Amino acid sequence: MISALKDKVGQILVPGDEFCCGAEDTISLTAHVQPEKVVCGPGLMRSADRLQVCKSGVLRHKEPNMFWMDSQQKRYVPTKGDAVIGIVTSKSGDIFKVDVGGSEQASLSYLAFEGATKRNRPNVQVGDLVFAHFIVANKDMEPELACIDGSGRANGMGIFGEGGLLFTVSLGLVRRLLAPHSEIRSDLQQLVPCELLVGINGRVWLKSSSTQRTLIIANLLQCCDTMTAPQRRTGGRSALIDCPSQRWRM
Amino acid sequence: MEVCGISNVTLRDFSCEQSLLSRPDGSSSFMQGDTSVLAGVYGPAEVKVSKEIYDRATLEVLIQPKVGLPSVKERSQEQNVRETCEASLLLSLHPRSSLTLVLQVLHDDGSLLSCFLNAACMALMDAGLPMSCLFCGVTCAIAVDGEIITDPTAAQEKECRALLTFAIDSKKCRVMMSSTKGSFSVQELQQCIAISQKASEKIFQFYRDSVQRRYSKNL
Repeated sequence: MISALKDKVGQILVPGDEFCCGAEDTISLTAHVQPEKVVCGPGLMRSADRLQVCKSGVLRHKEPNMFWMDSQQKRYVPTKGDAVIGIVTSKSGDIFKVDVGGSEQASLSYLAFEGATKRNRPNVQVGDLVFAHFIVANKDMEPELACIDGSGRANGMGIFGEGGLLFTVSLGLVRRLLAPHSEIRSDLQQLVPCELLVGINGRVWLKSSSTQRTLIIANLLQCCDTMTAPQRRTGGRSALIDCPSQRWRM
Repeated sequence: MEVCGISNVTLRDFSCEQSLLSRPDGSSSFMQGDTSVLAGVYGPAEVKVSKEIYDRATLEVLIQPKVGLPSVKERSQEQNVRETCEASLLLSLHPRSSLTLVLQVLHDDGSLLSCFLNAACMALMDAGLPMSCLFCGVTCAIAVDGEIITDPTAAQEKECRALLTFAIDSKKCRVMMSSTKGSFSVQELQQCIAISQKASEKIFQFYRDSVQRRYSKNL
């Protein structure tokens, strides 16, 4: 099965495609055989002795035996460990309700902030932006967020968002932005200095030297899904040259 | 089940576009000849308490006619589409959430129900919802002289003796849903199913090609 999967890496698959457990793999009787395990990521499901594709997209592979479907979608489904950008929607007693774009609002305890105690409550208002990660997320339970890691440190998480812009992009683009050695990110770095915070739930927060620049970069990022790399570079450069604040400086 | 004498199945030209709307989570427009349908999918989203199902997602299908309000005919089509989608979607993966599928008729020139099904499948795929298989719709009309016309136009539909629409799944080409009108013999029914299965291969290949196009920029 692994060889069949590896053949299809980088190709387009649609729901209903199946991989059979290998009848072609011969088992040696003399040598000690370590059974090979396949780790299935999103979009792949096991049903009996078959592996089933349940989302359309590109099949991706990571050594040694990890496979998943890379698909473009807009709606976020909470997963444990994901770092997301949420909006605080209500305060009720010990718990804040946070909108993360999933099917249900996530809960965030007031004790899940760095340095927070029962006496020393964090200053959180309705409408604040919060960068947090999921400590509980499964289909049967209410998702739960925390702004501290295992050792009680904030590690970059918490309340943020003074004077920036929050906008949403597709989940596929967010994954491309967060990937190590991301091409889009390095292009952006060369283009203009800016502060960028990316949540895996499709929300991006951006701040740069002027409002116009921020808007241009935001528009550019939102268009990235449908642009090729050269289009992105020329588009970004021409948009920033047209920017009035840039012209004054020149 | 193979019926001899199916030489080649003729379908009208079809075309589609995916993720053309910005607000819904998945959208598509599907055109078969002059028949055209626009579909939008929202979900998995928050569900009303009254409609909540504890072990699976609630799927709601809304059909909007070109003019006026939805009537009994649209309700019956909604039910057909909903039951087909429920059979192919893995709803148990998103319990206590809601999926909404909105289908807007842009132009009706026959084979409307099959166009609904095709647009729905494309939109569900675009939204990235987990599905066990794909499905497509094929309409067959049996003319007065017994000739079987696939993908009929509105004029052909009006003159025909019977009109049959099938939803076919992509895995084993089995019939998932059938909606029939008029009188026909058992043999004719079998023949129509076989023709629809043959036609479905073309549509599934088209689905694959259009997904390929969509992902061509990030291969």
